[in-house]
Amino acid sequence: MIPAAFEYVRAGSAAEAISLIGEHGEEAKFLAGGHSLLPLMKLRLASPSVLVDIGRVGDLSYIRDAGDHIAIGALTRHMDVETSALLQEHVPLLAHAAGHVGDPQVRHRGTMGGTIAHADPASDLPATTLALGATYVATGPNGSREIAAADFYQGFLESALEPDEMLTEIRVPKMNGAGWSFQKFNRRAQDWAIVGVAAWRGAAGSGVALVNMGSTPVLATSVSAALAGGASVSDAAQLAASEAEPQSDLNASTEYRTHLAKVLVRRALEQASA
Amino acid sequence: MTVTDDRPAAVLGTRMLRREDPALLTGEAKYTNDLALPGALSLALARSPYAHARILSVDLSAALAAPGVVAAYAGADLSSLWAAPMPCAWPVTADMKNPAHYPVAIGKAAYVGDAVAVVLATSESAARDAVELIDVQYEPLPAVVDLEDALSDRVVIHDELGTNKSYTWDLKIEDHEGAIDEAFASAAHVVKERYVQQRLLPMAMEPRAVAAVPQPFGGDITLYSSTQVPHILKIMSAITLGIPEHQVRVTTPAVGGGFGSKLNVYAEELLCLALARKHKVPVRWNEERTENAVATIHGRGQIQHMELAADAAGKITAVRVRILGDMGAYLQLVTPGIPLLGAFLYAGVYDIPLYDFSCTSVFTTLTPTDAYRGAGRPEATYAIERAVDTLARQMGIDPMELRKRNFIKKEQFPYTAMTGLVYDSGNHLAAAEKAAGLADYEGVRARQATQNVPGATTLLGIGQASYFEMCGLAPSRVLASLNYSAGGWEAATVRVLPTNKIQVVTGTAPHGQGHETSWSMIVADKLGVSPDDIDVLHSDTAIAPLGLDTYGSRSLPVGGVAIAMACDKVIDKAKKIAAHQLEANEDDLEFSGGTFTVKGSPGKTMPLAAIAFEAFTAHNLPDGLEPNLEAHVTYDPPNFSWPFGTHICTVEVDTETGQVTVLQYVAVDDCGNQVNPLIVEGQVHGGVIQGLAQALFEEAVYDDDGNLKNASLAEYLVPAASDVPGLTLGFTVTPSPTNQLGVKGIGEAGTIGAAPAVINAVVDALSSLGITNMPMPASPHTVWNAIQHAQNGASK
Repeated sequence: MIPAAFEYVRAGSAAEAISLIGEHGEEAKFLAGGHSLLPLMKLRLASPSVLVDIGRVGDLSYIRDAGDHIAIGALTRHMDVETSALLQEHVPLLAHAAGHVGDPQVRHRGTMGGTIAHADPASDLPATTLALGATYVATGPNGSREIAAADFYQGFLESALEPDEMLTEIRVPKMNGAGWSFQKFNRRAQDWAIVGVAAWRGAAGSGVALVNMGSTPVLATSVSAALAGGASVSDAAQLAASEAEPQSDLNASTEYRTHLAKVLVRRALEQASA
Repeated sequence: MTVTDDRPAAVLGTRMLRREDPALLTGEAKYTNDLALPGALSLALARSPYAHARILSVDLSAALAAPGVVAAYAGADLSSLWAAPMPCAWPVTADMKNPAHYPVAIGKAAYVGDAVAVVLATSESAARDAVELIDVQYEPLPAVVDLEDALSDRVVIHDELGTNKSYTWDLKIEDHEGAIDEAFASAAHVVKERYVQQRLLPMAMEPRAVAAVPQPFGGDITLYSSTQVPHILKIMSAITLGIPEHQVRVTTPAVGGGFGSKLNVYAEELLCLALARKHKVPVRWNEERTENAVATIHGRGQIQHMELAADAAGKITAVRVRILGDMGAYLQLVTPGIPLLGAFLYAGVYDIPLYDFSCTSVFTTLTPTDAYRGAGRPEATYAIERAVDTLARQMGIDPMELRKRNFIKKEQFPYTAMTGLVYDSGNHLAAAEKAAGLADYEGVRARQATQNVPGATTLLGIGQASYFEMCGLAPSRVLASLNYSAGGWEAATVRVLPTNKIQVVTGTAPHGQGHETSWSMIVADKLGVSPDDIDVLHSDTAIAPLGLDTYGSRSLPVGGVAIAMACDKVIDKAKKIAAHQLEANEDDLEFSGGTFTVKGSPGKTMPLAAIAFEAFTAHNLPDGLEPNLEAHVTYDPPNFSWPFGTHICTVEVDTETGQVTVLQYVAVDDCGNQVNPLIVEGQVHGGVIQGLAQALFEEAVYDDDGNLKNASLAEYLVPAASDVPGLTLGFTVTPSPTNQLGVKGIGEAGTIGAAPAVINAVVDALSSLGITNMPMPASPHTVWNAIQHAQNGASK
């Protein structure tokens, strides 16, 4: 439980953080809430030589109404997402899902940008933002660019971020009154989902994404296509795992995960359609 | 003169807040890891990554060259430090096989986590960094993970033993030879089931921590350890290291839970002692959480074959039990005895005349097992209570009704069981009926009839477990008959200081139980003083030199009773002084509210406070009476204590996902008189949740190569507060006739009742699908698999 030795530098602003990460190269890591990185370091599964602490970069913690979407600063804590009146009104699925991340201690420290950038398929908010069609803003030495959530997740804990880029903002489209559901199936409340489902359904169509059903968060496009084609909820739900390649682990076999995804997608869509 | 009784009205039986809690809750309590020990070296251990491997070479050179490293040793380098192998205090049979076990393995590693080398460095991080530089060459050998595979001796783990079987222990009771076979042959109903008690990680909140501090001259050494057993540890350390016992002092700062896992003598304790003596500086070690998962003992680990014979009316006539016990790689302090602590309890709360028990225990290439909350008794209770439910289902009658037909009846107490043990008191029917009332048993059955219809995906189940616990370890002569190497007495000293403040010295070793609060309540009641005027000293062999520590729900029924008896001796002596000074006959004195009064002469009184000072000055004592007011008692209990109760659990099972939701949990326990109901309820809460955790959440999962797959708290599912239901507690009170306080142990009862109650409820919910058994933990995946299996079976 004692990490290997590392250097520590604290950034005062986003620009300074990006400059520092450029200076220290690929062995450097951003430290935000620390709730993914520090456990890996304590178990010596990660041994970055430099930590660039962005935890006190004040200009990255915000939730703003940006017209057709809500803009969320990367350092916004899960608890602030969960309790944001703006999100509860316009993106209730995200606010609700944020309330299911880890436990209260994790939600008070962990950040929205951290969980997205960590790209853990078992985390709740990557899949939730994927279902919602979010866009992520990456900022590097040459400025900012937008990455669609659907293009962001490239492999297990791998994202489209370049080594010298920092995730700075999450842009989540307003749901405009669409029905929604978040299903988190697990054995203990504070755990990662064995399988999770974030789903919405409304005038604009539907979005369904799966938690912990493969090496990345999975967008269940077949389900949405079936619904658009007039399929019933229960028929569409049978397609839940079409895009998934679920792994087998201590909690669930591939077969069981596939079954759970179908059950949970059906329940989510029933709730979202109600 | 007016006599006022200023004793707080009725201290015993009140919900006094625990005096231990302010320090614990504010983080001010000091644990072993908090001790400031200038100049201490940190110990870290290189541990085998293989479950079974020959150690070909250990190269320490890179570690020795690392910054801060003072020394590094392989197992063979340390041989001269040990006068004896690590102790096993329970040779259960004369021919029990017990491999030599040293703190650092020599020649062979026998489980993942077995220590193969140690480093001493000037800081913990330097020591742990250096461990990564130790180069050990291994020749991997096949792992032995499965108990039946172990028994086959396909791979023999300890070459010198020639077998993996450690022992077979039998207990067969029949009125004539062949009676049991006849009972099964002629039975109207026979139950035959196989249950698996999975391995569990005890997961005390505080992992282990050790510090050994040598005196600069003279050879005395103090061992600080997060242990349940400072007294046993002192004796065993002296024997294992070959050092004079009087030079070893063991003391425990605050201890953050044990659940049996700290009822042991561990390699790290012996290493810190030996290396502190060798290097003449303090040596300390702190266990990491993931290290704790492999280096601290595991609990349970049994396969149980359970058979019942019953007549047409459901009266159980015989029990046959075959146990295969998992010892792990070595025998730790009481490893082989754990299955046998349940050996007498497979008849449960029932009047069953014929009994056939046999336990065979084997070595595996896994972490050693040992005591874990309940130790043998949860396993026994699980088997009988599961089997009784199966019998009821076979007969088509309600399991509550079947239990009532078989309960030992109230009027049969004291009841001499066929095993020869005397159950001193009990009233199972009352506990069961109270629990049934609290659980609305009939109402749930009625709801079940409407809810569990064909096609329903949320099935309701209700399950019961009635238990009898043999605890309060233990009458020394009974322990002798079980070949245990120590007695079961407990020591107490009650010392009235000159100013009428009181010191209580106890041999119990609290690590969360609240002994300081409870013992002060007992003394306050006895001596008529305020609990605030009583200090309880414990867990330091220099202050409390005699004791047998805390485990087996023994502290109150043995240690607490010893304190009450010491108070009686103090009162007896005080009475002699009062009689002398009041010029009265001892027989004419009454003691109440802390004051002696001459019967019939209310003006002639002498308070304990005055007597205490008189005893101290010794100016005017009766001829021949020693000064000072103090008494010592060593109490060897004449019997175990026999708490009992009935737990009822109501669950819903989501058949689409396999998820079990506990709707309600009712525990009715009877631990006799309660010193502090708040503490009793806390013990029941914790115990029930630990048993519920075995039923639904926890299992140490190994792969075929003997690797523990869930060594962290992210993967080993200790339930949190949000994962368990609110508990409904009820009590019946049947005082123990064996001790003057009428008390029985309550530390393990919850754990004993919970697992069978929960699994009975799960099986009850699923019985309409044809499911009759359910492995623990009943995880969603396991339950879903069982449902799939049942449905596939039904469709064939």
